[in-house]
Formats: sequence, C-alpha cells, structure tokens
Amino acid sequence: MSVTAPQPGFFDQPLHKEEKIWIALAFVWCIFITVAMPWWHIAGNQNSSSEFYKISGEHFSTIVDDFIAKNKTGEEAGIPVVSPPPGSDIFLRGQQWAWDPILDLKVNETYRLHLSSIDVLHGMSIHPINMNFEAVPGWDYVLTITPTTSGDFRIICNEFCGVDHHNMIGKIIVK
Amino acid sequence: MAAKSEKFRTCPTTGFKIHGPAETLIQINAVTAIVFLLVGGIIGLALALTRWQAIHLLNDTLFYRLLSLHGIAMLVAWIIFFEMAILYFASAVVLSARLAVPWLGWLQYLLMLVGGAIVAVQILLGNADVMFTSYVPLQAHHLYYLGIILFAVGAILGCVVFFATVVAAKTEGAHTGYLPLVTFGAAAAAIIAIGTLSHGAIVFIPTWLWAAGLVPMMDVEVYRLIFWGFGHSSQQINVCAMVAVWYLLGTLTVGSVPLNEKVCRSAFVLYILFINIASEHHLLVDPGLSAAHKTWNTGYFMHLAVLASMIHAFSIPAAVEVALRKKGYTKGAFEWLKKAPWGNPGWSALVLSLIGFGFLGGITGVVYGTEQINIIAHNNLRIPGHFHATVVCGTTLAFMGITYYVLPLIFRREVAFPQLAKIQPYLFGIGMMVFSTAMMFAGGFGVSRRSWDMNGVESAFAVDFGPVVDIALAIMGIGALVGAIGGALYCVIAVATLLIGKKINA
Ligand code: HEM
Ligand SMILES: [Cu+2]
Ligand SMILES: [Cu+2]
Repeated sequence: MSVTAPQPGFFDQPLHKEEKIWIALAFVWCIFITVAMPWWHIAGNQNSSSEFYKISGEHFSTIVDDFIAKNKTGEEAGIPVVSPPPGSDIFLRGQQWAWDPILDLKVNETYRLHLSSIDVLHGMSIHPINMNFEAVPGWDYVLTITPTTSGDFRIICNEFCGVDHHNMIGKIIVK
Repeated sequence: MAAKSEKFRTCPTTGFKIHGPAETLIQINAVTAIVFLLVGGIIGLALALTRWQAIHLLNDTLFYRLLSLHGIAMLVAWIIFFEMAILYFASAVVLSARLAVPWLGWLQYLLMLVGGAIVAVQILLGNADVMFTSYVPLQAHHLYYLGIILFAVGAILGCVVFFATVVAAKTEGAHTGYLPLVTFGAAAAAIIAIGTLSHGAIVFIPTWLWAAGLVPMMDVEVYRLIFWGFGHSSQQINVCAMVAVWYLLGTLTVGSVPLNEKVCRSAFVLYILFINIASEHHLLVDPGLSAAHKTWNTGYFMHLAVLASMIHAFSIPAAVEVALRKKGYTKGAFEWLKKAPWGNPGWSALVLSLIGFGFLGGITGVVYGTEQINIIAHNNLRIPGHFHATVVCGTTLAFMGITYYVLPLIFRREVAFPQLAKIQPYLFGIGMMVFSTAMMFAGGFGVSRRSWDMNGVESAFAVDFGPVVDIALAIMGIGALVGAIGGALYCVIAVATLLIGKKINA
C-alpha cells in the first residue's frame, strides 16, 4: 500500500523483468535526447545566439538613430524604412508599443541583427515563420540572420508589455 | 510527550487516527483552494472566450487584468492551498500522528490568505497589470510584491509543519519503520518547495524594495533567471504532489500496491536532484546565457528528471493493472481495463490525469524545451497549451479526484450529487485536453500568448492568421467551455457536499 510503511528490506527487492526493460529503454532514450541537443546545435543551422553585450537603453538608442540616419530610404506609417548594405550590422529597437525601424533586407544575404528594448521587455516574433526571440532592456542581443525567402514579414510583440501590447507590430521587408 | 488522545478520532474506513487540528487545517486549506479555483475558472472561461476572436468577450484592459488574476488565482492560490492540505494529510493523517505545531499551521494559512488577498486586490484595483511573472521593468504597486512574499513565507511554514509532523511521528512512535510512499512523495514536494520558495524570496524581496523606491532595479536577465528558478521549479512541487496523489488514488480506488518501492522512491529523488536546473528553458531565446550553458541545463543534466516521470509512467499503470488482475479480471490482455471502476470519479480522474499530463503535457514540455524547437514555441500559444495539459489536466484533475475521498474521510460527508460526480472528471479532463491541444495547434502558427488581439487590427501592420487558426481558436473555446462546466461541477459538488451532504457518523 502506498499509505503504509514498506516492508523492511524493500530496498533489496529485485525489479520485475518488465520494469527493468522499461527503465533501461527510458534511460537510453534520455541519453539519446540529451546528446541530440548539442548535436542539433552543431548539425542544425538554426540556433539562438550566444553573442550578446550589455548596453544601456540610451546608448542603444543613439546607435539606432545613427543607423536610421545613415540608411533611411523611406517611411511607412510614420516609421522609417532602412535599406542597410548586406553583411552589415542592423538594428531593431523595441519600445512601448512599436518596433523601429522597418528593415528592408536582401534575400540570401547575411546580416548581424542587434535586438534590444529601451523600456520594458518585448518579444520579437517574426510572422509568418514563427521565430521568437526576447528583446531585453539592457542587453544587445546579436542574431546572425540570413533571410531565405522574400516577402513581407511582421514582427509581433509576444512578451506582455502593457495595455497596447497586441498592437505592437513591426515589419521586415525581404526582396 | 503523549498527544492528548481526545483530539484524535479513528477513521472507520481507513483506520487512520486523525488529529483534530490536522483535520481542521486540511479542511480550511482545501475549501479556500476550491474557492480560488471557482474564481479562477470563471475568469479562465472569460479569457478563452476572448481569445476565441469571433466572440472576443472582454475588452483589452480587462483581459490583461483578469489574465494576471487568473495566473495568480490558479497557479499560485488554488494549487498551493490544496498542496498545503495534501502535506497535512500525507503527514498527520497517513502517519496517524499529531500535527506538530498547529499554531504554525494557522500562521501558514493566515499568511497565505492575507498575501493572496493583497495580491488579488492590487490586481483588481489595476495596480498590477503585470501578469504573474511580473517581469521587471514593468512595475506593480509595491504591495503586490509584498503579498507574494507573505504568501510564499506562509507556504514555507506549511512545509516546516509537514517536516515537524513527520519527525514528531517518528520520535513519538506514532509511526514506525520507513515512510509510506505517499508521505515520501509529499516530502520530495516539500523539499523542492523550500528550495523553490527561497528563489522566490531572493527575487521578490529586492523587487518589492525597488517598487517601493528604495533600491535600484535588478538586471532584467537576473530577474528572469531567478524568477524561473522559482516559477518553474515550483511546477515540480506540483508534479511531485500530483504523483504522490496518483499513488494514493491507485491505492484508494483499486487497492494497488507500488510494484517496487525502491524504484518509485528513487524516481522522487531524481526529481529533487535534477529538476531545478531545467528551469533555464524559459531563457532559451534570451541573451545573457551561452548556448552551451542552455543546452546543458535544459538537458536536465541528461534528462534524468524526465527519467523519473518515465518511471512513474510505468509503475502506476502497472500497479493498478496488477491490483485489478488480482481481483480476478484476468481474461485477455485488457479485461482489467474494461472492468476498472470507470464510474468512480477518483479512478477516471487518475486515468485522465495520467494521460493528459504524460502524453499531452510531458511530451510537449520536453519537446518545447529543446534549444532549437523553443525558437518556434517561445511565448506563443504552444506554451499555455502545454501547461494547461500539465498543471490543469494533470495536477488539477488529480487533486479533483482525491477530493472525492477527502470529502468522506476528512469532512465526513457523503459526496453530494454522485451521478454528476461520475461525469465530472470526464467533462473537465476531456474539455481541457481539447482546449490545450487546440491552443498548441494555434501556437504552431505563431499566435502569441497573452495577446488580446492576435490580428493587431489597430496597428499599422495588421496580421491575418487565416481561417485555420480561427477554427483552432473556436475549438479551443469549445474545449474551454466543456472544461469550465466540468470545473464548475466540481466546485458545486464540493460545496454542496459540505452544506447538504449526508453526514457520516463514526
Ligand atoms: C476551466 C479551466 C481553465 C480555462 C478555460 C483556462 C483558460 C486560460 C486562458 C484562455 C488563458 C490565456 C492564454 C493566453 O492568452 O496566454 C489562460 C492562462 C493561464 N492559465 Fe488557465 N484556464 C483554466 C484553468 C487553469 C488552471 C486550473 C490553472 C492552474 C492550475 C491555470 C493556469 C493558467 C496560467 C498560469 C496561465 C498563464 C497566465 C499568464 O500568461 O500570465 N489555468 N488560461
Ligand atoms: Cu512589446
Ligand atoms: Cu508586447
């Protein structure tokens, strides 16, 4: 019974064969999925990044403003559109409740995307490919990205950031 | 020191000697838990009917406010009050011992009640629209954090009473030999609870002081790391408590005996040792930690905590099969299953809880907690889908099942509306399975969690997820409706039993 003390010596009671087999299989499986994690990290080419720096919100903002001034090619809904050169460092700033700038990128080119927030936590969810990363105030998160399909992408904020959270939607254009 | 014998009664069904103060504390904690479940359940339904965009019941402010309250009322209040009842049951009642330091038990209850009330009031006043995670720099009124701290301190005291009772039972000879498995599992839960709640203290005390304007804010990533050392590890309290209840339900419903006590106990130890580090899977797509660190930690140190669940996943069904076969249901491979007491809500709750937790919740948890897959699961509806399978369909349903035994044993009343009780676990279990599955499905399209309007129609760049997602959310809403009816039935049956249930005379 699970509500009475076990018999003395229960620790020496041997396992049933079925139970032994089950535990062995489960253990092998656990080892397998454990090994699979670093294996996928190396073999797969879609990982979260290990590159990040601490940065103040003001500092990040000046860098972003600079980046916008240098690369601005237009404006949409009051938000600047930037067309940075392939291979360069690009920036995305989250703040209540907008993402800026709108990034205009080239397909199959690689960029270093710096992601941060200048107020509260936000979440960068790229729609429709459903890839999600946190935009954390105080941290510059560097993601090396290569857009492989062209089109219009949305950046949906998926970390609760206040009452207009659901309207915090930005845009990435890939041509 | 001999406990005063007049404070004990002997349960005619189980033979347990039940200590008066233990009984009272179990009753009051369980009733409080159920009140929170009722409130949280009504809110949950309203939330689901809002996420079902065709209905869109609440406005945005109310949605976020009630979402904060739902998280607190359910994950914190309902679950932890009920766990306090379980701790007292698994110590004083199961060991037929006196509850050591009853006044500390009362202090536990008071602190948790006052803390919970402060938090709820702050949320309802609109001072804490921050979700139960309350990530800095979003700030709530400082009383909100104080409420959480009081609640957590209360819960720690409950664990202290539990251990004191176990020790007293042994030293005073009320219990001899090893601890019963249920008590052992509860002890594992209490050990994890103490570790977890101290993370809560480490993160919430400075945050409280920050909200009061006394100290600077802590780093956001530090907050997130320590918060999840509390927020996720505390889910393992729930897992341990639930598994202990599973063993208890196996024994109470079909008289099962653990196959191999050594194995079951070792599995609980694996939980204690390896579960905490896995909390880092909440930070898989965050800056601040290297990929090597993340893969190692979220590998649960070789997934050994997962192994523990795999062990219980064999040991519990096997034990009930053996018990049912002993009753003579030996024809073919499945006669035992056919002849199982499907009309006993304790049994159906056990089975549905096992399935919901194991297949829907456990597997998706391990999958979403993988470094790469987390990228496509983080903060979308896959996550609430996953944890409504674990903590709702699993833990909550198991707690509902055990209630049908607690009512006659501890409240000494026959369960009211037995016909409704028969179908209650099915409605709740199946409703929540549909609900969680549909949520996870919608999450696969990137629909985010905690969003009042996934389409962002007021934004410059509205999003269209297409009709498949609309249908998924409708199915989610229907599942929520069925589950909420099941949940409401549970509350009605429990309350009716207390008020009008036939008294059982000892
Ligand atoms: C009738 C039963 C229930 C229904 C219909 C329900 C429904 C919901 C819905 C619709 C959400 C919002 C998902 C989102 O938009 O992110 C939610 C969130 C949540 N629910 Fe439930 N729920 C129920 C029971 C429970 C129970 C019993 C628990 C805990 C034991 C629970 C814990 C939570 C938590 C922790 C959240 C997340 C809150 C947050 O994101 O801050 N729910 N629930
Ligand atoms: Cu945001
Ligand atoms: Cu947001």
